[in-house]
Amino acid sequence: MKTWLRQHRAALGHALQRLWRAPLNTLLSLVVIGIAMTLPAAGYILLDNVQKLGVNASGVQEISVFMRTDASDEMTGAVEAALAERFPGQWRFVSRAVALESLKTREGMADIVESLPQNPLPDAFVVEPQASAPKALESLKDSLAALPGVAHVQLDSAWIQRFDALLRLGRLIVSLLAAVFAVGLVAITFNTIRLQVLARADEIEVARLIGATDAFIRRPFYYSGILQGGLGGLAAGALILLGLAALQAPVERLASLYGSDFALTGLALRHFALLPLIGAFLGWIGAQISVSLALRQMEQGNA
Amino acid sequence: MIVASHLTKRYPGGHEALRDLSFEIAAGDMAAICGHSGAGKTTLLKLLCAVERPTSGSLVVNGQNLPALKKRALPYLRRNLGVVFQDQKLLFDRSALDNARLPLDIIGLPSREAQRRARAALDKVGLLAREKANPIALSGGEQQRLAIARAVVNRPSLLLADEPTANLDPEAARQVLELFYAFNQVRVTIVIATHAPQTIPHPTRLLTLDHGRLNA
Ligand SMILES: Nc1ncnc2c1ncn2[C@@H]1O[C@H](COP(=O)(O)OP(=O)(O)OP(=O)(O)O)[C@@H](O)[C@H]1O
Ligand SMILES: [Mg+2]
Repeated sequence: MKTWLRQHRAALGHALQRLWRAPLNTLLSLVVIGIAMTLPAAGYILLDNVQKLGVNASGVQEISVFMRTDASDEMTGAVEAALAERFPGQWRFVSRAVALESLKTREGMADIVESLPQNPLPDAFVVEPQASAPKALESLKDSLAALPGVAHVQLDSAWIQRFDALLRLGRLIVSLLAAVFAVGLVAITFNTIRLQVLARADEIEVARLIGATDAFIRRPFYYSGILQGGLGGLAAGALILLGLAALQAPVERLASLYGSDFALTGLALRHFALLPLIGAFLGWIGAQISVSLALRQMEQGNA
Repeated sequence: MIVASHLTKRYPGGHEALRDLSFEIAAGDMAAICGHSGAGKTTLLKLLCAVERPTSGSLVVNGQNLPALKKRALPYLRRNLGVVFQDQKLLFDRSALDNARLPLDIIGLPSREAQRRARAALDKVGLLAREKANPIALSGGEQQRLAIARAVVNRPSLLLADEPTANLDPEAARQVLELFYAFNQVRVTIVIATHAPQTIPHPTRLLTLDHGRLNA
């Protein structure tokens, strides 16, 4: 057990040394890996923020229930009772008179309203339901429209549905992007580790001849892959932090122009931990494939 | 220590490098394998350290039948052997000391202990003063002695050497052979391939190969 730990420590040390001894190569690999991980991660952050923006917007989501102008008081009362039962505290009644008053206060509307022979506006209920998923809102609308005396139920759901579909498409694109870059990262590691293995052909041959196990020979290369991927992930995290810092002020200025207090949310700490972990995992996979292939080729070359 | 029976090695391509060898080498022997160039000396040593597998026959080294061993078991077998290769196989990207301690790093000895034992091995071959030198900066005889230090650093009971004096002047050759004799004196079994058997000090066993066959 102690020996095992020691050998792992030694392998890690060798891997670090190799990275350190070729600083330019190391730096280039890290930048490439960092960028490869930054793009999908930035995509996720973007989606996250767009979704938050959407949720903010749909927070003012309303369903307007317009009564027929000839609806009886009983009908209005029945709708009121139904709403009171199903959406306690989430609705209010806007009588036709109140609606007309509020219309009058609008710029330029007063004269027009005065000139009307009678109040053309219906009684209405404004519901602010807590359920906000597009499907739930749709079925809510249908059940409200079925109540007696209801002329029309208006729901701004088309917008929500479009937004939802767009968000889904965005997620798909980001996932595809992530997959492509994951393959790219594995390929980069594959290549650098392959060069390392080939550069150490002599050492590997000698080590084999004097009793090194396969695990001993592979271990430092695995650590190289893991380190490279992990450090690349850290680099990606740093790039994203820089990007967010640069965007924060402009976004806030834009938001304030729209009278919103929207602010960019970046990565939570656990996401930052995730980036190096994913990088290390992909690096490990790339190293594994690379070492196996290179060692097999070397063996065939010797035979 | 070594028991070979009906050992045959045919290389891919059909060349039969060794044909039907049967012999024994006892523990504590100083054995010389001699023969003309191409006789099969290196091939025999390669079979002994399981770098090559025999085409047929059995070969028992240290109580283990090599042809039957699984590939995974080979590293552990090699750790109990010391081998000085015909081309030495030193690593030129590290110091003499680091070359000598390689077998100890492979078995995962604590660094300080490995350092200490590698120094002791260098001392035995008279290279302690050059421990920091890169092998490329060593003379032919010194390189050969460094290869020997690496071979004995893990205190093997069997030491194989392939033409260890091939490119050395008589004085350097004598020094190297004296080293082998010294190890033999402390009961290390020695097998040396050579085409000058008369230079081997106090051989107890002489195997002469001729076109892959054993000459009695
Ligand atoms: N890997 C190989 N593939 C095919 N043939 C080989 C291989 N290695 C050696 N041989 C052949 O086997 C024969 C014995 O070779 P070996 O290297 O054992 O000779 P040797 O006695 O060590 O010669 P030398 O004194 O020149 O080192 C030679 O004819 C050689 O050409
Ligand atoms: Mg030879």
